[in-house]
Amino acid sequence: MIVFLIKRLANAVLVMLAVALLAFLIFRFAGDPVELMANEQMSQADRIELREKLGLNDSFLTQYGRFVVNAARGDFGISYRNGQDVMTLIAERFPATMELALVATILSLLIGIPLGVVTAIHRGRWYSEGLQFVSIIGVSLPSFVVGILLILVFAVTLGLVPAFGRGDVVQLGWWSTGLLTASGRASLLLPSLALALYQITLVMRLVRAEMMEVLRSDFVKFARARGVPRRRIYFRHALRNCLMPVVTMTAMNFGSLIAFALITETVFQWPGMGMLFIQAVTFLDMPVMAGYLCIVSFIFVTLNTLVDIAYAVIDPRLRDATR
Amino acid sequence: MTEHLSSAVLDVRGLCVEFPGRHGTVSALSDVSLSIRPGEILGVVGESGAGKSMTGLAVQGLLEPPGRISGGEVWLAGRRIDQLDDKEMQQVRGRQIGAIFQDPLTSLNPLFTIGAQLVETIRLHLKLSKADAKARAIQLLKEVGIPAPEARYDHYPHQFSGGMRQRVVIALALAAEPKLIIADEPTTALDVSIQAQITSLLRRLCDDHGTAVMLVTHDMGVIAETADRVAVMYAGRLVEIGPVGDVLKNARHPYTRGLMASIPALGRRVERLNQIDGSMPRLNAIPTGCAFNPRCPEAGPRCRKDRPEPAPVGSGVSACWLNAGGVL
Ligand SMILES: Nc1ncnc2c1ncn2[C@@H]1O[C@H](COP(=O)(O)OP(=O)(O)OP(=O)(O)O)[C@@H](O)[C@H]1O
Ligand code: SF4
Ligand SMILES: [Mg+2]
Repeated sequence: MIVFLIKRLANAVLVMLAVALLAFLIFRFAGDPVELMANEQMSQADRIELREKLGLNDSFLTQYGRFVVNAARGDFGISYRNGQDVMTLIAERFPATMELALVATILSLLIGIPLGVVTAIHRGRWYSEGLQFVSIIGVSLPSFVVGILLILVFAVTLGLVPAFGRGDVVQLGWWSTGLLTASGRASLLLPSLALALYQITLVMRLVRAEMMEVLRSDFVKFARARGVPRRRIYFRHALRNCLMPVVTMTAMNFGSLIAFALITETVFQWPGMGMLFIQAVTFLDMPVMAGYLCIVSFIFVTLNTLVDIAYAVIDPRLRDATR
Repeated sequence: MTEHLSSAVLDVRGLCVEFPGRHGTVSALSDVSLSIRPGEILGVVGESGAGKSMTGLAVQGLLEPPGRISGGEVWLAGRRIDQLDDKEMQQVRGRQIGAIFQDPLTSLNPLFTIGAQLVETIRLHLKLSKADAKARAIQLLKEVGIPAPEARYDHYPHQFSGGMRQRVVIALALAAEPKLIIADEPTTALDVSIQAQITSLLRRLCDDHGTAVMLVTHDMGVIAETADRVAVMYAGRLVEIGPVGDVLKNARHPYTRGLMASIPALGRRVERLNQIDGSMPRLNAIPTGCAFNPRCPEAGPRCRKDRPEPAPVGSGVSACWLNAGGVL
């Protein structure tokens, strides 16, 4: 177990170092930092001094090492655009993205699981096949199209919910939440649905496949032979045996939800990390881009590692196999 | 006739089961009739695919669609049950018919304690409080010979050995004091050394509770030791049924005689009954006349033309022209 833990953690660190390298390359070589920082009046001497101060004349490895050490401390430098600390900028935007991804995850479970169960139990009926078909469309529709369609129908035509923005937010320490105000919750609805749609279809298809598998198992047949009512078999005996893979997938996919939120945030003008990133790209704000890349990757890698470790703790066979 | 039948716990009359399929309908059971009296153990034997499990499933109303009962009747304690809907059958399954499956490793839900599964079954069928149901569950565990039942009550299936799990399954089958238990190869998946323990436990419990048992098995040794009567099946039909002593010593049907010849010595166990030359026909390729005729050493012209119906012979029933006017 210890060996497995060490291996898994080493793996995660390696991935993060690779990401940091990529972020560093963007920061250092996609345009000259001094040119991007400097303003018109700066003299040549000032520029050389700045170059020296930033350590840009050191060897590649030294610079990369310094970048990694700083990044590990949460220091990504200051934004070229407004001179603010990059980490502070991201921390400001972090709650918005987090709430969006969390609500999308909850939606995907609340909608995906029952749909999966229903389509598994009533397979062959027209509505199950219909849902299966719709889910294929759901998987293949780009999320910005979904977002625009949702805005058109629910915000523009029906006027039920706001089309963009976060509504009113309440500050809880450094965390700003939209969940405590009516307008905040209403604003959250469309973007989280747009973001969740793909995940809903994934959950539904996974639950359906797992359910069909479990319903064929002996213990389900034996439960029937004991006189357990169908509904109870479906929702108590069978569904519970399907939840492990669903939880795993949900945890694993949370990272990609945050990454995909970039598109949704742009469509809905959602003031999250994704929007921050897009703005950074348009302004060639390299430190912000590098910071975003590192933070999102960090969330991604951490979740995957945790899920892997949790799995090994829970399933003794897996633990033995990876020893 | 009616007099005798009404005293039976289970009375299956002319049962037919068919599976409609793309290439036409196959009949998995045709004209199966058998009855079991209270406290009696009926052994059911026959080669793999003969329809033994199918008979048990049809009685419990557990046929997998599109399989369905296409003819005949099933009576349980004087009540016809083959036409009940699934809701009504839920009250029969577990309550009046207990079930034991082949593989105890997969019969129990891995995510629930055995106590939870026992209490679930008990409370589905008997009006007992949670505490009373738990007390009954522990009592049942004690009865099936699980040591320290109070402590074991909270354990999960994977914490038990195969033999112990099958004891739990037996406790589940007995949970609501059913009149009939259908045990489909209850010892096949178990270690040889504990098979005898499980069969004798089953025998003893059913004697104590007056429960009738339909015991499906490949093991003629088990039949000889535990069954009162034995039914022999072949290609979805019943070929012979009678008291176990008579059938073992003096079988009427050539197929049964072939089966008996395949037992090395009474009491020793064989895995498969495969001493008879040839193999059982597939259900969609059953020969006309007697289904057994291509393999029967005594077959005559009549056997290839007409199908022999099950008819009373001596103390039992046999479906063979030898017992009904000759094979010519
Ligand atoms: N879904 C189905 N469609 C068509 N035929 C089926 C189906 N399920 C089972 N059968 C057939 O029904 C027959 C009876 O099967 P059954 O399981 O009752 O045999 P068995 O006597 O219990 O054999 P075993 O000793 O292997 O358990 C088999 O020949 C099988 O091919
Ligand atoms: S009816 Fe004929 S073929 Fe069938 S078992 Fe009897 S003798 Fe053999
Ligand atoms: Mg079988």
